[in-house]
Amino acid sequence: MELNGSLMLMHALKNEGVKVVFGYPGGAALNIYDEIYKQDFFRHVLVRHEQAAVHAADGYARASGEVGVAIVTSGPGFTNAVTGIATAYMDSIPLVIISGQVPTTLIGTDAFQEIDAVGISRPCTKHNYLVKDIQSLPRILKEAFFIARSGRPGPVHIDLPKDISATIGEFDYPQTISLETYKPTYKGNARQIQKAATAIKESKRPLLYIGGGSISSNARDSILKLCEITKIPAIETLMARGVLGSDCENLLGMVGMHGSYVANMAMSEADLLIALGARFDDRVTGKLSEFAKGADIIHIDIDPSSISKIVQVDYPIVGDVSSVVCEIVELLKDNYNCEIHKTWRDSLKKYNALHPLSFKDSNEVLKPQWVIQKVGEIVSKNAFISTDVGQHQMWCAQFYPFSSPREFITSGGLGTMGFGLPAAMGAKCANPSKISINISGDGSILMNIQELLTCVVENIPVINIVLNNNYLGMVRQWQSFFYDERFSNTNLEIQPDFVKLVESFGGVGYVCEDKDSFEKALKDAISQNKVALLDVRIDRMENVLPMVPTGGALFNMILESKE
Amino acid sequence: MDCQKTITIIVLNEHGVLSRISGLFAGRGYNIEALNVAPMLDSKFSKITITTKGDNKVLEQILKQLNKLIPVLKVYESDFCGLEAILIKFDIKESLNELSAIFSGYGGRLLEVNEKFAVFMAYDTSSRINNLLQAIKSFSPRDITRSGILSIEAN
Repeated sequence: MELNGSLMLMHALKNEGVKVVFGYPGGAALNIYDEIYKQDFFRHVLVRHEQAAVHAADGYARASGEVGVAIVTSGPGFTNAVTGIATAYMDSIPLVIISGQVPTTLIGTDAFQEIDAVGISRPCTKHNYLVKDIQSLPRILKEAFFIARSGRPGPVHIDLPKDISATIGEFDYPQTISLETYKPTYKGNARQIQKAATAIKESKRPLLYIGGGSISSNARDSILKLCEITKIPAIETLMARGVLGSDCENLLGMVGMHGSYVANMAMSEADLLIALGARFDDRVTGKLSEFAKGADIIHIDIDPSSISKIVQVDYPIVGDVSSVVCEIVELLKDNYNCEIHKTWRDSLKKYNALHPLSFKDSNEVLKPQWVIQKVGEIVSKNAFISTDVGQHQMWCAQFYPFSSPREFITSGGLGTMGFGLPAAMGAKCANPSKISINISGDGSILMNIQELLTCVVENIPVINIVLNNNYLGMVRQWQSFFYDERFSNTNLEIQPDFVKLVESFGGVGYVCEDKDSFEKALKDAISQNKVALLDVRIDRMENVLPMVPTGGALFNMILESKE
Repeated sequence: MDCQKTITIIVLNEHGVLSRISGLFAGRGYNIEALNVAPMLDSKFSKITITTKGDNKVLEQILKQLNKLIPVLKVYESDFCGLEAILIKFDIKESLNELSAIFSGYGGRLLEVNEKFAVFMAYDTSSRINNLLQAIKSFSPRDITRSGILSIEAN
């Protein structure tokens, strides 16, 4: 059939099962928006800033496991979207981003709102396209979704010139796709898997090191099975929080710069690391020369370039984490002797007892850790928890009782402030029956606070818990530890009246200065099912601990603040 | 320890592909010593030959990261036959007979001559091209253009 480019896009979105699109119109995207106006098979959420459109699509993708879609216009519309694209790229989130572009006849002329969008997005996308003729559009649309969701997922960008979006061409949407140059490896090498299984059997101090790739590959069940059979202790990265669930006996907690004492010590003393979709980020490894010195390393990852990128790996296995772990389970299930590492497990229990993850609670001032725990208690496994970036993010990763993958939605790799609110919005759209809570700081929330209006207008009841310490808290913490308390530009003494602010957008606001008021406010916000913001006045000088100083060895943690 | 390596990459012949390759090198701080690209005969692919430098770990990452790019079909660093072309311009007053004799030793010849300049060309391995450059130093070359390595799999 013959369609114009914009209608081709609509048909492709329908074919790909897209239910929600986040976007913001503009001159170069007018043809696309004209077709959006006429269709009724997906919901379009009109954001108030293009960055938020991409973060919302990202939150949608993380919560649902499906491809998130965002549409923006050319020039500033696209450049505003870049932070969102880079955020998704760093965390391997499947997105398709469509940007309008000036007509092909004007490309290269410095036309109004022209920018080299594919040039800009090239380093922060899995792949990108500039559509130069209408004939190639159906193929490009199909390829974009295929590439975004297959292999190591990631964002794919399509730059669509305005004349192409109006040109009529033959639309024959491919049902399947096979790219000669792109064939991800899902099944691990059998011999390598066998070797890895043997290494696991012989290891006396094995450790499962679970990364975000485990969530992408939906590997929870197979990893839980491996845990059950082997009783091997496990640690999770920030991106993997929720894979095992806080009630899993094997779990030692989060590893890395703000990981638990026992998790970091386990990483340092293991004789075999079994890395599952984890990429040995510098926030996890600490000082490389001291990292897991006595350990052999099994690394299972779908991305070959992640293997041996940072540390030398002894058993590289390229493949889908879920599939490879299933095969390992098959090899171990009948003859694995858990007793071989009982001493190891006992010693880890002692480490945990020595320095458990804890905080000094208070009745005089609200402690952020208490707030996080209380949120977990009140929403009881029925919420998406998204965060911005900073101290609140780490407290959340440490103290929230995660129960499942895709429950925790946070910007790990890029560390993007302003991510939380739009991501929470996207997560809520993915599953409206769940509560969606954004935990933010008083610095971060202001970076995309305009999205409160989107939430109100589009009836997306997101609850924002702002842990307000009138500081850029994490930077202040670093200044406190490493810069002799010279708090250069981190004091946010003057902040807006957050309650009036959220009310002005049409939501409800609460000030919480003690435990009672917080508990009441959160319960009220949930029962009202409205867009809400809780301005939670926490202890101003509370720090995130433990902490491994940058470049330090993982086992050298700061465990207490100076009094 | 850094070593020099020549990598051959077969890529889809589409717009922007060279930018993807060179952008990968630039973005990660990898060095490009020489680069050569041309379409392959009767195919939708192009062949890119890159000479780069780095330690084993860097070189391994370069191969992996290149393989990760969607339009890349194949990356290899197997044994190859490699040649480099060079064009060198001299003042017409230099001894062209002597230069012709030297260039003939490197598969070269006088390519063009006008009232001011003479241009010589040569084809040879990179190391021999380096030798040629040493040999013609005293003739005060006015300009030099090297092609980078042209390679083909030997096996």
